[in-house]
Amino acid sequence: MTRAPHRDWRYVGLVALGGAGGSVARYLLSIWAGVLLTPLTILFPSTAETVLWFPIGTLVVNVVGALALGYLLEALSRRGRETVRRRKIRLGIGTGVLGGFTTYSALALETQRLLVDVSAWLALLYVVLTLVGGTAACLGGIAIAARADQRRKRR
Amino acid sequence: MIELLVVAVGGGIGAAARFVVDGEIRSRHSGGFPWGTFVVNVVGSFLIGVFSTLFFALMRFGVSADTATVLQLAVTVGLCGGFTTFSTATVESVRLAQSGRMHLAVANTLGTLMITVTAAGLGVAVGRLFG
Repeated sequence: MTRAPHRDWRYVGLVALGGAGGSVARYLLSIWAGVLLTPLTILFPSTAETVLWFPIGTLVVNVVGALALGYLLEALSRRGRETVRRRKIRLGIGTGVLGGFTTYSALALETQRLLVDVSAWLALLYVVLTLVGGTAACLGGIAIAARADQRRKRR
Repeated sequence: MIELLVVAVGGGIGAAARFVVDGEIRSRHSGGFPWGTFVVNVVGSFLIGVFSTLFFALMRFGVSADTATVLQLAVTVGLCGGFTTFSTATVESVRLAQSGRMHLAVANTLGTLMITVTAAGLGVAVGRLFG
């Protein structure tokens, strides 16, 4: 019997490599994403201090990552049986890059901080946007992959 | 530049640890609920709460502010960020819903959120005890 992938150091290394890249991308994007809040602080200067607490970076990262993973896993499963190459893509890009790109710990800590230190309404807005946005994005990614697959098969 | 390096190293170790832990849990629980991702996310959220107080603890031990900032970045954004995952949790909920197990999908989505937020709060409290 062959060893399970998570006990094979080559696959574990592949996931680590992907996770490193995904985490750096998350870090850079979440620094940059703060500028998305700038228009709001100009439009509503009186609420600027509260608005700037909003964790827009994690929200963007998680919604984009959910779309990408929905697309990737649907596209791969529609290609049929998992070959070694497809398994490397699934684990390296899916579990590694996209798993490392998105995060639940930041979502949990930011929600807890908003609840305790800022505003329960802002915390609620944050979790609703994340969960509804993430689920919708994931379904969108699956639909895009399904459509592309049908187009490919018609040809 | 050092920031990018420590986030990469922390994130790589975190992602590899998630893959191994999830795989081990998965091989023991073959039922419908994605316990692997759930456990990883709850543990990672507790740890980020603990580590969020690390900066002040390190400062108290005489570590410079620059070093403390980089170390905290490595373990929170890197290690905990790479260990936990939102994308996999979302895909698993969607798949539960697509297979007709809507109650498990909702339980996974809302349960993970509520328990991880509680775990992060507990982590902050524990961190402050030691910090």
